[in-house]
Amino acid sequence: MRRLAAPFVALALTLALAGPTLACGGLIGPNGAVNLLRTTTLAGYHDGVEHYITAFEFAGGGGAFGSIIPLPGVPSSVVKGGDWTLQRLVRETDPVPAEALFFAAGAAADRAIVLQQVRIDALDITILKGGGAEIGVWAKEHGFSLPPDAPEVLDFYAERSPIFLAASFDADAAAERGQAVGDGTPVHLTIPTANPWVPLRILGLGKVAGETVQADVYLLTDIRPTLLPGPNSLLAKGGLELAHSSAASDLLLSDLRSDTGMEWVPQRAWLTKIAIDAAAEDLRFDLAIDASGAGRPSVRDAGFAPFGPLPVPPSSSTLWVLLLAGALILPLGGAWLVVAATRGGGSRPLAS
Amino acid sequence: MPRHRVRSAVTTLLLVAGLAAGCGAGTPQQRVEIVIHYSTFEPTEVTVARGVPITFVLVNQDPIDHEWLIGDAAFHERHRQGTEARHGDRPNEVSLPALTTAETTLTFDEPGTILYVCHFPRHEAFGMVGTLTVV
Repeated sequence: MRRLAAPFVALALTLALAGPTLACGGLIGPNGAVNLLRTTTLAGYHDGVEHYITAFEFAGGGGAFGSIIPLPGVPSSVVKGGDWTLQRLVRETDPVPAEALFFAAGAAADRAIVLQQVRIDALDITILKGGGAEIGVWAKEHGFSLPPDAPEVLDFYAERSPIFLAASFDADAAAERGQAVGDGTPVHLTIPTANPWVPLRILGLGKVAGETVQADVYLLTDIRPTLLPGPNSLLAKGGLELAHSSAASDLLLSDLRSDTGMEWVPQRAWLTKIAIDAAAEDLRFDLAIDASGAGRPSVRDAGFAPFGPLPVPPSSSTLWVLLLAGALILPLGGAWLVVAATRGGGSRPLAS
Repeated sequence: MPRHRVRSAVTTLLLVAGLAAGCGAGTPQQRVEIVIHYSTFEPTEVTVARGVPITFVLVNQDPIDHEWLIGDAAFHERHRQGTEARHGDRPNEVSLPALTTAETTLTFDEPGTILYVCHFPRHEAFGMVGTLTVV
């Protein structure tokens, strides 16, 4: 089974007073309120390395806030991201007037093992290794207030990959640094992995019935990826839309490459945008990505195995074969029952 | 996340219980174990006899804190608005830190139905509610 990777974001948990807006997902405030946010993340994949870029935005207030992101592998580096990569991607797929763009960007048991700790502006980032309970205990000991669905969600991820990123945002420090509401701190994680995946289920953490998850996920891969669940498929339950899929333009790639830390962007790439607009209770899977060309995204990476519904969503050709088989088998079975009944056969004894 | 999970074996009549201390002379003391896993009480329905001391063994298997508060509607309404971060002085209000077990003994004199609830923010909405019937 391929091991992959990609973190996406966020599970947002809390510490004290509301303040910063973390990358993707909802924040749970001290009073249990959830702030619904639309977030943007890039999961780029090239030469066996996942580049995960998101931004933590300061939304005012004081105190500290936290966020935990499941990762499929141990990052080889965690650094401050470029200044405008995410905004450039948005402009590529959703051209809007400059003023509007600016506004949107601005609003925008055992113990866990600490693998890395990095300070980026007002963010304290810790890479952790451990099971769901261990991560939960670590979070509690470090002041995070986890929502009630956290134990199950942490186990959901830890069973596949025991690596998590915990980000603690010090709103007071952000204010001291002169960060204004809406100022973002981009973070760039580099994760060697066989194939990327994007955690989606965690976006619904802490949300209750009737609430929705909205997020934009950009994928930049060498070739057109195969996704599981496929956007607009039954497995996606209407929550994923393929908003963009085309070869990335030379201009876009050149622009991205010129941002800080983005030298890895290849000369040729495929740009995919997945728009997520799902009921929180339906978002119980992740996005598995096969960027190898084999066309077989991992069922496990999507979170469907071992308890999930279908191992692989049937392709249209497979579906036709199944329908044809059903059309043949049902009449034959019916005919057999009729024959059995006319012969007076009820059930036969197992042994005479 | 409101999962409204189907709680299959919802109800378990735990009148059986082991006869713990107090066996013999007086009324047998019953023990009822309630496990918290993934922020859900198990079982979510318990039936006990009135006038009998019941020892509740509360097992929090989650890595997050919970609480077990049992009482009538007015009691729960107070706690929904309450600000107490911890309980412990009253036997019907038990704080359960992550991965801990606690015991408390209560005697119910009146027949009827009352709820046990975790009143941490969003936990009740998530489904942390159970029903105790006194017969």
